[in-house]
Amino acid sequence: MDAESLPYALDLVAGSGAGLSSEKRAALRASLLLLRRDYRFERVRFWGRIQGIRGPYYIAEGLGGDRAGPRSRLYSLNCVEWSLLPPATEEMITQTAGLKGRFQGDPSYEYDPTEKKGEENERIYEEEGGPMIKEEIRLVAIIDQIDKAVGIVPRGAFVKTPLGPVHENRNFEGLSLTEAKKLNSYFHFTEPVNLKNRTLLQKADLDPSIDFLDSLEHDIPKGSWSIQLERGGSLVVLRSLLWPGLTFYHVPMTKQYGYIYVGTGEKNIDLPFML
Amino acid sequence: KMHLSYSPLPNVMETAFYFEQAGVGLSMDENYHIFLALKQLVSMQPIQTCRFWGKILGLEMNYIVAEVEYREGEEEEETEEEEVIEEGGKEGSEEEDEEKEDEPPKSTYKSPPVVPKEENRTGTNKFIYFVCNEPGKPWVKLPPVTPVQIVAARKIKKFFTGRLDAPIVSYPPFPGNEANYLRAQIARISAGTQISPLGFYQFGEEEGDEEEEGGAGRDTYEENPDFETISVMELVDSLSNWVHHVQNILMQGRCSWINPSQKSEEEEEEGEEEEKAEEPDEPQPEVGPPLLTPLSEDAEIQNIPPWTSQLSTNLVPQYAIAVLQSNLWPGAYSYAIGKKFDNIYLGWGHKYSPDNYSPSMPPPVQTEYPSGPEITEMNDPTVEEEQALKAAQEEALAAAEEMDEMEEEEDEDEDD
Repeated sequence: MDAESLPYALDLVAGSGAGLSSEKRAALRASLLLLRRDYRFERVRFWGRIQGIRGPYYIAEGLGGDRAGPRSRLYSLNCVEWSLLPPATEEMITQTAGLKGRFQGDPSYEYDPTEKKGEENERIYEEEGGPMIKEEIRLVAIIDQIDKAVGIVPRGAFVKTPLGPVHENRNFEGLSLTEAKKLNSYFHFTEPVNLKNRTLLQKADLDPSIDFLDSLEHDIPKGSWSIQLERGGSLVVLRSLLWPGLTFYHVPMTKQYGYIYVGTGEKNIDLPFML
Repeated sequence: KMHLSYSPLPNVMETAFYFEQAGVGLSMDENYHIFLALKQLVSMQPIQTCRFWGKILGLEMNYIVAEVEYREGEEEEETEEEEVIEEGGKEGSEEEDEEKEDEPPKSTYKSPPVVPKEENRTGTNKFIYFVCNEPGKPWVKLPPVTPVQIVAARKIKKFFTGRLDAPIVSYPPFPGNEANYLRAQIARISAGTQISPLGFYQFGEEEGDEEEEGGAGRDTYEENPDFETISVMELVDSLSNWVHHVQNILMQGRCSWINPSQKSEEEEEEGEEEEKAEEPDEPQPEVGPPLLTPLSEDAEIQNIPPWTSQLSTNLVPQYAIAVLQSNLWPGAYSYAIGKKFDNIYLGWGHKYSPDNYSPSMPPPVQTEYPSGPEITEMNDPTVEEEQALKAAQEEALAAAEEMDEMEEEEDEDEDD
């Protein structure tokens, strides 16, 4: 969620049960502003909090001019001092794919991915200065995965210019109440996967400047999003069931929307059993 | 924990204020609405104590849960309980002597005896729970929980939809609908995560011996008037400064163990012979950790400590509060400072497991009939074997005839 609307937005997502203490809010208000100045971001967002066993990680991200461009992510243990995270690469994601369990809360903690393979392999790997994975890398990979999988925006909030870069749509006045209740009014803000597979008939109804992303309708498994209207219909809240802890809010007929992730950073693989 | 006997209404806003310092909780608006909803609940029902237990998220709607104790003697009559699915209804077949020829034989299956549920105000049913979907909607009382439901709830993992009458489609089949599943999960969460600082509660003056009822232990506690507050630093440093004040639920699904086959005494009078043949071995009594066990005794979850403790702030330690989060039931939080403490649950209502959930396998195929030699197939004898047998039989016959002839000769000799 955008740093500028943070205090108000936190109130709106508090229905999921997780929030920030007043101390952290005060710290964030100042430090996010400083981040923006120091790193020359155009926009700074508070991405969320990943709860480790010994302590939480607070994650922020900064964007440049192209909203769909690569985002810089930073983490902090106390909302005051922020460290830049390396950008996520495919290699990182495959390396950390096998890591399970909670985050420790210490960024220099090292995971030993070869633990399960047996002792012999471990010895060999250790000599090579082996693939001990630091928690920082795991953090990067998880944030990237979560964002790609469940980072969503309402339809029409972003517009793709003919030259390529994606900008916020200044004409976006919010979804109507009927639109807000439908899954296909929300898009994943990431490289589209299903878009090309649509039939020509479906594509005829789309507006290429707005509909350049995947909608939530075709998410697998079906029903992995919970849509609720709160406050008598003046607030739409989407919660992801695949990554529990991700809460997206939107106030219909206004420009306010955003999402935050507050959770343990673990995917809910049991989802198909639970529906 | 505020325990004013003349006003059962809890001070939700104060609790919310403390939890907010921990970074946990709903928005202040929602807290206030819940406060007013609880006030309405207290005015409508004869309530002794009331507490905001927490919020359980669901797919379509959420649940606000209030934990309540009725005033003494004010218990409402039990509405008709849902019959737990029983297959023992076919017992009567053994008493019938005649079998009608055109009906297939009735099953002689007797289901294992059902573990009886705990009485109200004891064990898992110590508190009554009311839920509503949103503050302002009517409060609905959840039915008491039965051990069968708890045992089944441990084997499944389902999201709540938000509708109390929704069926739970699962394997193994859950005996009840969403209201029962919700109640069972609330019972499990309470048993696992309701904690208080050491010394706040103590066991009351015991009249009976501790050993009565098979060593079930004490199940009641009372506030300790001489409670010495534990400093916040100590509360955060060591888990042994916290204790569970809700009884642990045994494998059986109850807090106090009961021998289910004791009930069969009544049935023995009816059909003695069959009963004794089929009675299983005496089950072993189950023992769990007693009430007021410190958290340091909690089991780890595969190298993850069961609780994470933190101070609410490092900047102002003299006013910080101690906060505990459960790693076993993500969403369960507790805070304590001085004489104040409280627990809350905000989450989806499921236990954490580092491994994937695997549904239980169906049981092995039952044997239809016992295999004995009379129905076991054997090879037909070969021709050689038949001939050998025939030859042996003829020999035996010939030998027998000789014996007879000899006897007759002897008789003739005697006659002479």
